[in-house]
Amino acid sequence: MTGFEYTILIPLIPLAIFLITGLLGMKWKPAVSGILGTAGMGTSFLLSVITAISYFFGGHGEAGFSPIIPANITWLKLTETLHIKMGVLLDPISVMMLVVITTVSFMVHIYSLGYMKGEKGFARFYAFLSLFSFSMLGLVLATNIFQMYIFWELVGVSSFLLIGFYYEKPSAVAASKKAFIVTRFADLGFLIGILILSFITGTFDFDQLTNPQASVFGGAASLGFMGISAMTWAMVLIFIGGAGKSAMFPLHIWLPDAMEGPTPVSALIHAATMVVAGVFLVARMFPVFHFQAPDALEVVAWVGGFTSLFAAVIAITQFDIKRVLAFSTLSQLGYMMLALGVSGYGGEEGLGYMASMFHLFTHAMFKALLFLGAGSIIHAVHSNYMYDMGGLRKYMPITHITFLIACLTIAGVPPLSGFFSKDEILVAAFNHNKILFGIEYLVAGLTAFYMFRLYFNVFWGKDRHYHHTPHESPLTMSIPLMFLAVASVFAGFLPFSELVTSDAKPFETEMHLMIAVPSVLIGLVGIFFAWLLYKKESRVPDAIAAKFGILYKATYNKFYFDEIYLFVTKKIIFNYISRPVAWFDRHIIDGFMVGIGLVTEKTSYLIKGMQSGQLQHYAFAFVAGTLALVLSILYFL
Amino acid sequence: MDFGQFILMRHELLLILAAVIVLIAELAVSESSKARIIPFALGLFALVTIAGFIPGETGTLFGGSYQSNELTTMMKNVLNMGVLIIFLQSESWLKKPENVDKASEYFVLTLATLVGMNYMISAGDFLIFYVGLETATIPIAGLAAFDKLKSRSAEAGIKLILSSALSSGILLFGLSMIYGATGSIYFADVLKNVSATPLIIMGFIFFVAGMGFKISLVPFHFWTADVYEGAPIGVTSYLSVVSKGAAVFIFTIVLFTVFRPIMEQWQHLIYTLAVMTMTLANLFALRQDNLKRFLAFSSIAQAGFILLGILGANGMGMASVVYFVLVYVFTNLGAFGVVAAVSAASGVETISGYNGLYKTNPKLSLLMTLSLFSLAGIPPVAGFFGKFFLFTSAAGSGYFILVLIAVLNATISLYYYLRVVKAMFIDANEDPAPTFRSSNAMRLGLIMCLAGMFIIGFASTIFDYLRNISDVLFN
Repeated sequence: MTGFEYTILIPLIPLAIFLITGLLGMKWKPAVSGILGTAGMGTSFLLSVITAISYFFGGHGEAGFSPIIPANITWLKLTETLHIKMGVLLDPISVMMLVVITTVSFMVHIYSLGYMKGEKGFARFYAFLSLFSFSMLGLVLATNIFQMYIFWELVGVSSFLLIGFYYEKPSAVAASKKAFIVTRFADLGFLIGILILSFITGTFDFDQLTNPQASVFGGAASLGFMGISAMTWAMVLIFIGGAGKSAMFPLHIWLPDAMEGPTPVSALIHAATMVVAGVFLVARMFPVFHFQAPDALEVVAWVGGFTSLFAAVIAITQFDIKRVLAFSTLSQLGYMMLALGVSGYGGEEGLGYMASMFHLFTHAMFKALLFLGAGSIIHAVHSNYMYDMGGLRKYMPITHITFLIACLTIAGVPPLSGFFSKDEILVAAFNHNKILFGIEYLVAGLTAFYMFRLYFNVFWGKDRHYHHTPHESPLTMSIPLMFLAVASVFAGFLPFSELVTSDAKPFETEMHLMIAVPSVLIGLVGIFFAWLLYKKESRVPDAIAAKFGILYKATYNKFYFDEIYLFVTKKIIFNYISRPVAWFDRHIIDGFMVGIGLVTEKTSYLIKGMQSGQLQHYAFAFVAGTLALVLSILYFL
Repeated sequence: MDFGQFILMRHELLLILAAVIVLIAELAVSESSKARIIPFALGLFALVTIAGFIPGETGTLFGGSYQSNELTTMMKNVLNMGVLIIFLQSESWLKKPENVDKASEYFVLTLATLVGMNYMISAGDFLIFYVGLETATIPIAGLAAFDKLKSRSAEAGIKLILSSALSSGILLFGLSMIYGATGSIYFADVLKNVSATPLIIMGFIFFVAGMGFKISLVPFHFWTADVYEGAPIGVTSYLSVVSKGAAVFIFTIVLFTVFRPIMEQWQHLIYTLAVMTMTLANLFALRQDNLKRFLAFSSIAQAGFILLGILGANGMGMASVVYFVLVYVFTNLGAFGVVAAVSAASGVETISGYNGLYKTNPKLSLLMTLSLFSLAGIPPVAGFFGKFFLFTSAAGSGYFILVLIAVLNATISLYYYLRVVKAMFIDANEDPAPTFRSSNAMRLGLIMCLAGMFIIGFASTIFDYLRNISDVLFN
């Protein structure tokens, strides 16, 4: 007995709701499904908060917070040692993720009551939301990497369903397919990584894999492929899986398109939960990365750093407000990956790890707030584009204030939460790698600039020709906004370094004024430029855009990455690889199979006579068969 | 003698008691209200099934002639569950005017065969084993000829009784050779004296032939298709699931315990039988249009797969066999239940008659699809795990080529299982079977199958439990 047995309910409640709503949802009024789903998620949310309070404030031993496994069922025994289990693992990061997921999911459930009202398939929407929450909770609670993989794929499927929710819209269908295929492609790497890892260690369990004193890596050092150690291969492959879900460069192309889903879905999946699964994966496997494959960790750092800069540059030029937020998410995820990549293990060394988790937490709050705010705006003006918006602060005061808070938070203005978490990441980067540190400084400025470009364009400037006067959203939508705004403001004061650390032992952090002050200043500079350019409508931005010409165009078109992928797949892979393979498949493989089928068919026709219906024949076959067996065993053995 | 020991035989005694009560109740009800015997017998048997799960003592009786342990108790419970589902699914068929007078006979005969099977499973010597075998076989011939006015059913009965007489004769011949060579009929004594002499090998193969008849292994299977087709569906499903399951259980126990010393020889024999059974049955199944014949060949092929688990010859093999039969009970009865329901409502029993069934009876079509997927071994239904463990057991003992052959056969089987699915979902039909609502008993029976197919697959504790109790054979 660990006293945490009830945590098993946290994922099971959404599962039950999914089954009930999925099976019976058609028969009820839509509102019943919505309220049922929200109530279920609310219960999970309360349980998660209780879990977090009793886990973090129930005291801890000398060795820090120890992992607790309240439930673990062996599901399949592959070998004597290699078992697939299903269970619940509580440790600082999984408990933190519980809070993040259930908070955002609960808010999105409430918000959708208003946002999705009257939509076709309202019950289906709530069923999918519950399925997604279940998958995500199962993922973070996994006790072993195989369970994580199973839920990882479930997350992929349920996000596919949610992105393609408007399945009558071709762009939504294309986006959902793109998201699924890209992440599935990355998952292949994850799976191969798991297979290598389990081959080396003979276990899937995290408590053995991530134990720094683990003995399971005994034979790892001698194995290698192409001059790189097997562990590095395994961890890089696993990171590819994580990079797919977290949309790291160059697997980022699915995330902007995924904005075709309903906006609450974007808030849930593409801000706070699914996209941080990759970060969570790296954090979960962090001891393995650190002790067994430091080279792979270096890859993580650079991919994260590059993505954060790359995405921030693109975000400046986008006009679809959800796409701005999508690229902003990419950029912030890059921050988190980078922080993990530069982190050491234990105490102050593990600052990057702590900072990454801290930023994951604060980002979940303020990015969900931004997406839900964007949803509120879109709900009011029926457009996704900035040039259809302006002067909205008068009409939508709550949305305006909460959105402003979120923008200030992401820009890193003290004392809002984003300031604290970003500061820790910068310190960690500074201690490790000056180039990455420089990139992150630049990104901090860009972030402030593109967020306030969005803010001024939407809420200031002149009114547009609206079909009807924009109005504030209903309470179901504004209450989540206010709740998340409060969370964004105060989350920074949580003592993360005492709770969520690389070795689960608390340590002290201090303000590094040398780093904090310039980072705040660069953020303010970004805001100032945005104010200068976009507060009033002016021709200056267009002029600047024209000046940069090709560069601007390339950035606006996201550096043509979609086109590159299309070119590579359609022109090169399809023509030079798929066609010959298809020919081989159709003529050689299929021909062979059809041949086998024909032979089978013919044989089955030929032997039909054996089943004659005559009892004498049956008796003869019986006796003859018995004697033949006797003779064969006696004389051939 | 201490009569308290008889508690060890509680499964058998309860069944006999239930059969006697049904017989007496039959006398008590008036001519006009014979139908009331059906729910009464159903309820009574449900109680017997539940009582079987009450944990109780285990041990041996009559100087080792009768033995019970956790494994045999589990096997008996599996059979009881199968029979309960079959009873539920037969209810609407028994209620028909032409059958209602004979309803109690159906119950009594079925219970009698079940008693025989239970004694077979608990046998500690060849005499009890043989008596159990005959008790289990002879009433089935009566059941197969239940629709005695239909020539097909009468033909099924006569074919079954003649074939089984032949097979029993050969089996008994084999047993007498083994007795002659070892000087004992007790399993424990035979085990000590068995060796690979020609006489014992011959006697052993005769024994295998007799059991092969019950399990319907190629080439002892010819009666299967004709009898399955001719007999009423409630009897066919009994033959294909319970009768076959019981024979598999006892066959496995005897091979693993009594004939352990000549394991090398019987593994060769089983290998040959497995290849022949899987392949030939699949080839025959490809061409069938009558669903009962189709399921007959499918069940022969499934028996071939079970042999893979037997080849494992260890606790894992035993557990995989019992687990597969457990899965098979729910899976095959799911398929037979749908066939019975459709047949009772519309008389359709052919695959082509199922064209367009999804349009009119979507729930039944879905259940049928799941059952067929489970038979074919497609995850996530339980049939996948059943096959998985059988193949694991065989591969664990080094039979990789056989596993490959089995996988190929599973692929072929997928083709013919999907033929039925295609008929239901894709093939158009201007005049599909009409929409109907099954009786409550039938629905309950079908729901139990559906639940079983999912729960047994996902609840890993079931396999772990079987794995634990299977080691009892090997100490």
